[in-house]
This record gives sequence, structure tokens and C-alpha cells, in this order.
Amino acid sequence: MEMPVPDPAILSRKAHLSRRLGAVLPADAIIASEAETRAYECDALTAYKCPPLLAVLPRTTAEVSDILRICHEEGVPVVPRGSGTSLAGGALPTADCVILGVARMNEVLETDYENRIIRVQSGRTNLSVSGAVEEDEFFYAPDPSSQLACAIAGNIAMNSGGAHCLKYGVTTNNLLGVTMVMMDGTIVEIGGAHLDAAGLDLMGVICGSEGQLGVVTEATLRILRKPEGARPVLIGFDSNEVAGACVSDIIKAGVLPVAIEFMDRPCIRACEAFAKAGYPDCEALLIIEVEGSEAEIAHQLTLIKGIAQSHSPVELREAGDAEEAARIWLGRKSAFGAMGQINDYMCLDGTIPVSSLPFVLRRIGELSKEFGLDVANVFHAGDGNMHPLILFDANKPGDLELCEEFGAEVLKLCVDAGGCLTGEHGVGVEKRDLMLYQYSAVDLEAQLKVKDVFDPKWLLNPAKVFPLSETQSRRQVLAAE
Amino acid sequence: MLRPENEDDLAEAIASASAPLCIQGGGTRGLAVPGEILSTTGLSGVELYEPGALTLVVKAGTPLAEVENLLASEGQRLAFEPMDHRGLLGTKGEPTIGGVIAGNISGPRRIQVGAARDHLLGVRFVDGTGQVLKNGGRVMKNVTGYDLVKLMCGAHGTLGVLSEVSLKVLPKPECSGTMVLYGLGWTAALKVFCDVLKSPYDVTGVARLPGRDGDYDRTFVRVEGFEDSVKYRLNKLYEMFSDFPVEKLTMNSETNVRIWQSVQDVDPFHDKPGDVWRTSVKPTDMIRVTGMWDYKHVVDWGGGLIWSLVSEGVDLREKLTDVPGHATLVRASDETRTQLGVFQPQPAPLAAISHGLRQKFDPKGILNLGLMG
Repeated sequence: MEMPVPDPAILSRKAHLSRRLGAVLPADAIIASEAETRAYECDALTAYKCPPLLAVLPRTTAEVSDILRICHEEGVPVVPRGSGTSLAGGALPTADCVILGVARMNEVLETDYENRIIRVQSGRTNLSVSGAVEEDEFFYAPDPSSQLACAIAGNIAMNSGGAHCLKYGVTTNNLLGVTMVMMDGTIVEIGGAHLDAAGLDLMGVICGSEGQLGVVTEATLRILRKPEGARPVLIGFDSNEVAGACVSDIIKAGVLPVAIEFMDRPCIRACEAFAKAGYPDCEALLIIEVEGSEAEIAHQLTLIKGIAQSHSPVELREAGDAEEAARIWLGRKSAFGAMGQINDYMCLDGTIPVSSLPFVLRRIGELSKEFGLDVANVFHAGDGNMHPLILFDANKPGDLELCEEFGAEVLKLCVDAGGCLTGEHGVGVEKRDLMLYQYSAVDLEAQLKVKDVFDPKWLLNPAKVFPLSETQSRRQVLAAE
Repeated sequence: MLRPENEDDLAEAIASASAPLCIQGGGTRGLAVPGEILSTTGLSGVELYEPGALTLVVKAGTPLAEVENLLASEGQRLAFEPMDHRGLLGTKGEPTIGGVIAGNISGPRRIQVGAARDHLLGVRFVDGTGQVLKNGGRVMKNVTGYDLVKLMCGAHGTLGVLSEVSLKVLPKPECSGTMVLYGLGWTAALKVFCDVLKSPYDVTGVARLPGRDGDYDRTFVRVEGFEDSVKYRLNKLYEMFSDFPVEKLTMNSETNVRIWQSVQDVDPFHDKPGDVWRTSVKPTDMIRVTGMWDYKHVVDWGGGLIWSLVSEGVDLREKLTDVPGHATLVRASDETRTQLGVFQPQPAPLAAISHGLRQKFDPKGILNLGLMG
């Protein structure tokens, strides 16, 4: 993986930059020592590391504005960072960049149940947004697996999803307004507590732009009343194809569960060994959750079980109470931890049309044999968002590279099947070089033009999302200045 | 009039244009600008429909009615209930799916399922230089690169001309029911709006229509789903308001369907003299708009969307300068439109970004020039 060569002129101005930032920030907001900047050398994609020039931890929108204005004047790249849980390297620094971390900006600014919104500073963690309204029976819907740690800022940057987005949508569908600081320090307000923002849908393009268009410091989020109840059912099948067909039939029948999770045998076994959730030993497992009133839950589950029965399941288990429901989810929720315990793994995130699920799973199996690396599949089946986990040994020379090569083949397969490279993790550095497989050069050029408008000097997270070859001329303009 | 019949011809038409073009689908939404008409109606037809994946890919000029009929044949629908502007504006023509997307047109169910933009998965379009571009795709979760899909939705053709759209569709529930409350004042109505939307009963429509000729104003709350569940939730809602003059509507009745059609298409203002404004505010600010007693108002989105029928030439926007949100002048004489502007002007930094985007995507300045500021 290639990153741009750090600009020696910037490296030589570290003390100067530090002084300028020090003039507008409290002393504890600037991290400059080599020992401390190391804490920001990577995100959750730990295969790549590079300590930044400086890290800054502002507490207010005004401080963010000052930081960006100074970096803009100095021509220094800025890499925004939420909680650093990106699996795609979205917050990976370069040696000549300033990491702008929003972790200290974690206040709830306003809770308004009449209008069903919450306004928070963007460093607040996803789960603590729901936590702030939970006692009043409300919740914030997008629920990425990392929700305990991940920040709303990162959720907005990556347009994060989660297990329950089949019904509730992803971040972009639950974001009503932002306060954002542009690279030159200008503070803009987009949208608000009303349902549709005026003018062009700028919020729509900011959400998912991986911190390349601006730094979101505050967000107005839609909160929802909790359903009366929810219940999962677990269904085991003796083949992936049959499980895939069952998912398609359920959706066609007009039932819209809040979640349909899929696990294959390697994943089931690993989870079972790790979490002892009592999963059956079978080829494929579906966890389907429905919600609503007791009558509605019972009705939907009857329909789902009827459809499942027609596919001859090897196991069909409905949660009888809260404890059984928790057990059904236990294995799934610990899937990544379970896999991490037995192996190093790389988690992919391609999305495919639900109808090509059996084909894609079969092909991944074939590729697994070709590359000699095992794969465990766990994913959101209702919306086709796959999460193949490729297992490798980081201590074995060449294994990481082999794994990356394998991963690239799987992602290309997703695109070939009519899907895309990433459903919810983002491109970051990880999938940057595959962008030309999904988009033509002119399609990418249209996206680059959007960045030209928001960040003409290409200083915000400049080495991400797009192949470096496509952005080189733009990034060089700033180096020349 | 230019009426290309495929994407290549569309691209050619735009590439060779040197004067402003008026981009038009069915031409039913009353937003025509000066210039030669470029009609998308020649780009029509379904490319792909997978009911099991809830996905539809269709050319932009396809009539909306054709799309809705196709979906209905599989028990599915466009969940965001796009409005038909013909009744309100007195326009003729056949609304197209591209027009719906270009205007981000969303009806009563927007409060529960989101707007048109939330159901748009992918686009193909031709920019102002004649370049064919694509963004997004046909899968429900996609964060690969920037989301130009959202940017194109609601851009009214100012950044490019849509040639194909890919949509998420949803199953049509087996049953729908409505609670009707009669003669509530605005304050009481707002309390009902907020209370039902705070309830766990998953309401899919909250609206209020003015009474006809001295009849009571009517406030509506809709639930949809499986029959037993609809009955249950309707009863629960009914219990919440047993002190009010309230009625439960027979489910799936003609009346029930007609009510929501009236809200969606703003029926009470059809053929009535006066200008029509569409204001988007946070629900609790609804009173600021509906408090203007001189005017009639139709309220949707649980108070978040207000249609106001006002005397000709009145600047509603001017009366709401301190209310966050925005107001669009939907129906008025050409003179009033020119004088007041159809779309709400944006704060300077946002206007600069929008202007910058238009310059990048339409450097010749030929796509719906003058629209959206």
C-alpha cells in the first residue's frame, strides 16, 4: 500500500505550526511528542501505521475552525479522526499531516422529543447517543458493530450502517443537520431539525465523503421511539444456497424484518467455540429479528417460519424470552471477536444484489481453495452487505499480501455481480486502488470535482478514497504552493 | 424541442448545445425555465425489476404511472408517495420517474420511510458538457466513493440530466387504517401530531386538512401493516385520544385511500385562487406558519410540512425570517415568481458551494439556468 511521500518543507515547520496552533488552543489540546503522536498512528486497520506530525484535540467548533484556518494557510494536510475505529484506514495519517481528533467534543447539545431529534457534538459515541435518550424509550437507529466506541463524526464520514438498517436505513437516512467547518475555517450550517434541507442536497454528499469535504462538529440526528418489543428467530440450513433462497422468499412475501443476519459454517463454529451460544452445527444460519406489538411479532414470525419450513431447515428456534433472545444474538455479536481469537483476519465489506448471494458464496469458496486461505462469512443478508473474513497469519511472510490479493478478488466479484466494493466501512486506503474497477475514470473525475469545490487545495484527508494516480495532479498543486 | 431516445443521443444533444436548455420530464411540476425544451420522455422503459431484492432500475423518462402499475403487480410500491402536481398547478402531461427524483418529491409517508432521496440507489446522468456519468448502483448499502446519488436527487436537473435511476421499492402492506379527529385547533392538533409520533405505534401518516364550507377541520393519523396489527395500533391510538371527537376509519376503505391522496396532492387548494407556498419547518414551529389566520393551510409530515394558500403576491418567506427551515413558492404568477423567487435563497457560504458545484458540472451554464438560485 502506497502513501504520498511526506513533504519535507512541512516536516521542517513542525515547531512553527505547533506554535501557531498553540496560540489558539489550550496547551492540552496539542500533541506533539513522538511518544504521544504514536497513539494516532493507525485506526482499526492496523496493518498500516504512520505517526502524524501533530495531533490536535479541540473542544469547540470555534477551535476546529481556528485549526483548519491555520493549516489551510500553512498548506498542511489534515486527517480528521473520530474514535479511530475505521476498518478501511480512513483515519490513517501521513507523516506530514495534522490529525484532528474530535473525541473531546462529546456533549449532547439538545434533546427534543416533540420534534424527535437529538443534537450532539460529533465526537460523541454512537451508543451513547442512544444512551442519552434510552430512559425515555427512544433510540438512534444506525448501529454499527463498533457502536460502543465509534463516533458520530466517523459514522457521518463513512455513512455507517449496522445490523438494523434493513428497516431503519443507514446514517444518511437518519441525519437531519450538520455544523461543518470547511478547510479554510468557514463554519457552515446545513439542514436542521426540519426534515429536508433547502437547496442542493449537500448533506447527502457530505455524508460518506470520508472526511474529505469538511469536518462535521455537530449533528442533528433523528431519534425514534423504541418498538413495543422485538424477537429474533434462528434458522439453520444445510446449504448456503437454501439459506439465500429463504431470505429472498421472505422479502418477496412482504415481510420486512429489522434484521436478517447470515453466518456460514466456519463462522458458526468459531462463534460457538468462543461464545457458546448454543448454535447448531450446520452449513448456514440465519438470525431474523422482527419487532412491533406482541401480535405483530407473532404474526411476522408465523409467516417467516412458514417460509423457512418450506426450505427444510435443520433447526428453527424462536426466542421464548429475553434471555433466549440474547443468546441467539450473542454468537453473532461476538463474531468478529471470535474470529480474532483464532486468527488474524481481514474483514471485507462488499455489497451484492440479494439474488446473487448463492453464486457469490460459492465463488468465494472456490477462491478460498485457490488462495489456500480460509474464509468465514457473516453478513447482513437482507441488504446484501457481505462481510467475508479472510483468515491469515500476520507472522507468516507473504500471508498479508496473499490475503489482500484474495480480498481484492472477492471485491471485484461483488462488483461483477452487480454490487459494490463497500457497503458500510468506506474506501479509505484499503479499497482505494480498486475504485477504477467499479467506476470509470470519468465517473471518478466527477467525484474529484466535488472535492475541488469544497476543498480546492486538497488538504483534507487527501490520500484516501481515490487511487493516488488519479489525484496526484491535484495534490501536487498544494505541494507547489 | 429536443427529445433524444437513448442516452447517447441525450449526451450528444447536451454536448452540442450552446444555449440554455429547459430540462423536462412530463412538464407537470411548473418549473419550466426559458430555453429550448430538452425532454427525457424518449428515454423510457424498465431495465431491471427484482421483487425479491426490492430493486427497480428504470429509465428516467418512464411514466410514473407505468412504474407504479408494475410495482403493484408484485404487491410492491414506491414507499415515499410522490405527489402528482397536476391538480394543484393545473398542468397537463404525464409525470415521469425522473421528474420525481429530480425534484425529490415525497408525500405523507416521508415521516416514516424517508424521502425520495432515501430510496434512490443509483443514477446515470449526463452532465452539462455531455459526459455520461454514473454513481451508486442497485444495492441498498453502498458507500463506495462520494454519494452523488443524493446530490442529483432534488437538483432539478441543474447538475445533469438523469437518464436512468435505480430505486429501492418496498412491499405494500396488506392493510391500512386511519384515525380521524375533528375540529381541533392548531395547538391541539400539534399536540396530537407530536404525541402519535412519539408513540411506538409506527404511524405512517400524520396530516390535517381544512374543512370544506364550514365543516370541521380534520386531523388524520395513519397506520399500515398486517391487518391484526393495524387494528391493534389503531385501537391504541384511539385510546390515547378518547376525550376528542374521534373516529376510526374502516380499513382499506375508499375514504381511507382518498384522504391520503388528498393530502399527498394538496387537493383542498386545487382550483382555488391564490398563491401556494410549501414550507418545511420543525414540527413545533408549525404554529408560526398556521398562526397566520388569513390563510388556509394543509399540514403534512406531522407538522413538518405546511402548504399555505395565500393572497396573490404575498411574500410568506418574509414573514418567517426568524423560523429555521425554508419556503418554496410552488404556485404563483410568473411575475410573482420572478419577484420573490421560487426557492429560498441560501446563506452565502452554502450558495457559494452550490454555485461552485454547478460550475463544475455545467460549465456552459445551460442546464435549467435560473432554477434553484
